[in-house]
Amino acid sequence: MTDSATASDRSPEVCVQLNGVHKWYGEFHVLKNINLEVCRGERIVICGPSGSGKSTMIRCINHLEEHQQGQIIVDGIELTNDIKHIDQIRREVGMVFQHFNLFPHLTALENCTLGPIWVRKEPKHKAIETAMHYLEKVKIPDQAHKYPGQLSGGQQQRVAIARSLCMNPRIMLFDEPTSALDPEMIKEVLDTMVSLAESGMTMLCVTHEMGFAKTVANRVIFMDGGEVIEANEPHEFFDNPQHDRTKLFLSQILQH
Amino acid sequence: MQRQSPEHYTPGNHPTWAPPANTVGIMGWLRENLFSNWTNTLLTCAALYLIYSAFVPLLGWAVINADWVGDSRDDCSSSGACWVFVYVRFEQFMYGFYPKSEYYRVNLTGLLLVATLTWLMVGRLPYKRLAVIFALIIFPITAFLLLSGGVLGMPQVETSKWGGLTLTLLLSLVGMVAALPIGIVLALGRRSEMPIVRAVCTAFIELWRGVPLITVLFMSSVMLPLFLPEGVDFNKLLRALIGIIMFQSAYMAEVVRGGLQAIPKGQYEAADALGLSYWKKMGFIILPQALKLVIPGIVNTFIALFKDTTLVLIIGLFDLLAMVQAAFTDPKWLGFALEGYVFAAFIFWLFCFGMSRYSMALEQKLHTGHKR
Repeated sequence: MTDSATASDRSPEVCVQLNGVHKWYGEFHVLKNINLEVCRGERIVICGPSGSGKSTMIRCINHLEEHQQGQIIVDGIELTNDIKHIDQIRREVGMVFQHFNLFPHLTALENCTLGPIWVRKEPKHKAIETAMHYLEKVKIPDQAHKYPGQLSGGQQQRVAIARSLCMNPRIMLFDEPTSALDPEMIKEVLDTMVSLAESGMTMLCVTHEMGFAKTVANRVIFMDGGEVIEANEPHEFFDNPQHDRTKLFLSQILQH
Repeated sequence: MQRQSPEHYTPGNHPTWAPPANTVGIMGWLRENLFSNWTNTLLTCAALYLIYSAFVPLLGWAVINADWVGDSRDDCSSSGACWVFVYVRFEQFMYGFYPKSEYYRVNLTGLLLVATLTWLMVGRLPYKRLAVIFALIIFPITAFLLLSGGVLGMPQVETSKWGGLTLTLLLSLVGMVAALPIGIVLALGRRSEMPIVRAVCTAFIELWRGVPLITVLFMSSVMLPLFLPEGVDFNKLLRALIGIIMFQSAYMAEVVRGGLQAIPKGQYEAADALGLSYWKKMGFIILPQALKLVIPGIVNTFIALFKDTTLVLIIGLFDLLAMVQAAFTDPKWLGFALEGYVFAAFIFWLFCFGMSRYSMALEQKLHTGHKR
């Protein structure tokens, strides 16, 4: 889907690295010794029960949450409290939220052009061109001049994906992108994500969509209680889970 | 007289009917809102009677039996209001002690003000950015030069001679235009993550908000000169203005903070995730939404400020109300306090109502379909 992060650089270059990451909310130990390496072009699905720290982990990658111990390296830049590094990383990392978080006072198009114009300093006409390109990719160019309040949930989430893509990110983070959507809208968002995956984008998705995990992911990571319990290829993960906790989780969500 | 849907409409072919006659239009409205049952009908009649019995004498006093034009109190012969008093003193109410030969300068400033506001507020007029620059930089300088004079052969007029509605408008406009940005900065400061900035802003807000405006004005006019070195004496009007601005910006800060707190955390996170810097995040994402939310609060503060300017009379500045009071203590016009106060009240109401209506129109215009 993106034109820059194409399959050309499929070399196993590590682009996100977490080494022994710990995080506490006050006294609560929410992330415990997280070690993770994501290569360029890899699609990772992170699942687990609520409160397991999966959202917190991906929010640490663009410093929406601060880790207190360990090392996070994104695209060769170590994430510290240095505001310059944080800004650099945020420019390379796009994020899609559960509740879309579109800017309600701006039209869909303005939502998409704000970042490129004011962060990437692109000229306005070029930003609009890029925005329309991605709005077409997510199949809603005709809604460009509507406000988020006038769009359906699925449309809003697709605008949010387009908004992230307009920044031309090398890595995309998805924080439960379909959890706030009606069933018939989940498909349109997942379709967008699948085609994004097909274009070779590096993706980290926190999601409960196991069908998406099976078809798209290179690796599925299962988290519980702030720890990575199991990480494996989707085939192995679903058919042959190693840990009891994983088996229990899978039996619960795959029952229906 | 209910119509029945005849059986012969096959499903999906029922035509659209007009609603029953007694549920729409004026009759429908009256039925629903005023005469829906017998208690409501009774209440409506009672209310109508009350309005009638209050309004008719008022109308008689203020309009029908009133005297409008003349030169002295002897022209007031009828039983109603003596607007001759207002008529004779009108110029003073508007211009204060400004020299009569220089009234045109005030008029010109007023005209310029109306033109600027029209340019800013009427949506269809172009070059809005230019209008903002004009309103915030060129207009104030021009207005100041016009009013105080001393340039282009215009004789200087001391600020102590400024008064009446001119002074009221000047105090409140400068107060509003300065208090809003200062208030925004204070509100952001109070929510800052930097402890010293937060402490300073909180202290400033709590200090000014905890003191009555009268005290602030007294301090600025009586106490401040005591602390200043001998010979340093700056303008009384300027001191009053600074007092009003400080006081109102503290209030404004709390109104704006209310708006900032109403913005969901996700908006901050989305802006952060895009890589926007703090000021861009605030300027493009958070403040536009927060300020829109608190338009009623901001206008409320503006209206309060507008009316609070009347307090400057206690430090010897003659705003509209002070001019009116001065006028009816004139031995020639003793006994016309009521007319004076009604006139002042009417002028104040006119401006406040205007602000209120404008704010409603603005809310409508900025509404983008997101109901909260």
